[in-house]
Amino acid sequence: MSLASGTFNQSYAQDIAILRTRTQRVILLAFLALLFTCPLFLNDIWLHIMIMIGISVISAHGLNILTGYCGQISMGHAAFMAVGGFTSAILCTKVGFSFWAALPCAALFAGLVGLVFGLPSLRIKGFYLIMATISAYFIISWLVHFQLTDLTGGVFGLPAPKPEIFGTVLRSKASYYYLVMIMACLATVVAINIVRSRVGRAFIAIRDNDLAAEVMGINIWAYKLLAFFIGCVFAGVAGSLLAHYYAWASIELFPFIDSVWYLGMLIVGGMGNTTGAILGAVAFRLLDYLVIILAPIIARDFPAVGPQASASLSLIIRGLVIIVFLIFEPRGLAHGWGLIKAYFRLWPFSH
Amino acid sequence: MTQFLQLGIIGVSLGIVYALIAIGFVIILKCSQAFNIAQGHIVMIGGYIGFTFLVMGGLPLWAALLAAIATAMLMGLLIERLCLRPMVGQPVLAVVMMTIALGFSILEGLAILIWGGQYKTYSGVIPTEPIRLGEIYIPAATVIALILAAIVVAVLMLFFRYAKIGLAMRATAEDEQVAQAAGIRVTTVYALSWIIACVTGVVAGILLGGEAGVSPYLADIGLKAFAVVLLGGLNSIGGAIVAGIMVGVAESMAAAYLDPLTTRGGLATIFPFIIIIIVLVIRPYGLFGTRRIERI
Repeated sequence: MSLASGTFNQSYAQDIAILRTRTQRVILLAFLALLFTCPLFLNDIWLHIMIMIGISVISAHGLNILTGYCGQISMGHAAFMAVGGFTSAILCTKVGFSFWAALPCAALFAGLVGLVFGLPSLRIKGFYLIMATISAYFIISWLVHFQLTDLTGGVFGLPAPKPEIFGTVLRSKASYYYLVMIMACLATVVAINIVRSRVGRAFIAIRDNDLAAEVMGINIWAYKLLAFFIGCVFAGVAGSLLAHYYAWASIELFPFIDSVWYLGMLIVGGMGNTTGAILGAVAFRLLDYLVIILAPIIARDFPAVGPQASASLSLIIRGLVIIVFLIFEPRGLAHGWGLIKAYFRLWPFSH
Repeated sequence: MTQFLQLGIIGVSLGIVYALIAIGFVIILKCSQAFNIAQGHIVMIGGYIGFTFLVMGGLPLWAALLAAIATAMLMGLLIERLCLRPMVGQPVLAVVMMTIALGFSILEGLAILIWGGQYKTYSGVIPTEPIRLGEIYIPAATVIALILAAIVVAVLMLFFRYAKIGLAMRATAEDEQVAQAAGIRVTTVYALSWIIACVTGVVAGILLGGEAGVSPYLADIGLKAFAVVLLGGLNSIGGAIVAGIMVGVAESMAAAYLDPLTTRGGLATIFPFIIIIIVLVIRPYGLFGTRRIERI
């Protein structure tokens, strides 16, 4: 990564620092300050959107490590979120764990389930892996729906109590917002540090050419499974947060189409880029809100479209956005963000 | 024994439809190296198109079929030109994402927008009296499915053997660059492969709609057809037919014999997905597919 003009690395510590200039630190601090004072001036609708953004960011980071960095396309992400959500709900309701103990267990269990369904990835890749992960979604949702009904409550689901801290229950949207945002910031820091470590470089090597990576001495077997484990741990955390946000875990919270939207977030944001995962999640959730505003207007102005306008428009608009990005900007929003940053880094000399 | 045969017949009729869906997928894959995840949604749209012409338009079966096939050709042309052409030369992941977005959001959204996403039946249009053969009943829809599928496969075989453009498609499937050097217009071949896939998909959709009605959930059948594609081998049309019937029979047998063993059933609906996992772990290139050899 190029540095701002006039900035030089003088020590190894400077070389590996994430934040190198004072401007970066000031901007980050200002952003964090804004992020954690939001509930003071946002209404409930916007808080809801922000909470959904936070949960999506966590989940998108997981899929980004698995798909964007390691190249293992997963269409079962919603299922791994469901595993996380149901595990923590079951632990809280049936076993009597507190949320804080259930969350890590849920993350770990989602990771282990991810490992099991990641096993086929040792022999297959690309399209075959998509098939395997689609199957994973349907098998997991069948287990939840029909087989483990004593635990999961089947079609009805089961309650997931709101988390409690020092005796106060996080019942308001604002308090849950802080929980989600702290987790999202932690997830971002973890994701950034995973991908710039030895593990992350191994993932990138596997994505770019797995045979060459193996010849270079990277243990593909271990690293592919590790990618599945890490990706699904993130998904488990996101799923658990989602279930406890609605105070109810049910398979309808984790529909199959969500797996598609998480891949879409990576396409829109920029695959294989941590900033991209965040930008994509934000863009997609804002798009949801746009559709909620637009659909009634369209339904009013074009009565022929009728009451199904909102359902169909939200599908079509999101699909169109993914297609437009695939055709015109496959590198995603992160690329545009990089161009803006490069412009200011070189300013006032643009060449 | 009677029950076994009866289940077999139900399985075969399901399997033929699976095979039709899989053939469309295989043709696109062979000609343009694109994995078409949207095939199930093309089938679902096909079911609705059949509903439009048969029930709303009130056309006789043969006219409705011809009209539906014409619509399918237009649909294939549009999909290829607008969505897939810009993706030529892009990485596999991008092309797969394109078909995912196309199927799961655009086609599904259109089905909800145009037909309201409601459950529609063809009641009274396709004959329902079963044909009795000893102890076994063969549903009329199965007979129609068999005849239609036979016609489609025969036309495709003749097309690939004798038509000039059919030969061009086979050449492109063999080696794209050599075909291009020999003066074959590869873009035309791509477009044609999508048109054929849409036609087989729409025919399969009408057959499924005639048996059990149409709803957006029909698209899940397309996902199950991937079990057929994987079992038959990704690039084998004959494999798709054999595997289609195998998966269909396996699914109907699973519904009858394995469901009582699980606590609440529903095994039939996910049995193809279990087949996918087993095939992928044991024999990823399928029964008749080419074994992939990779070099750096």
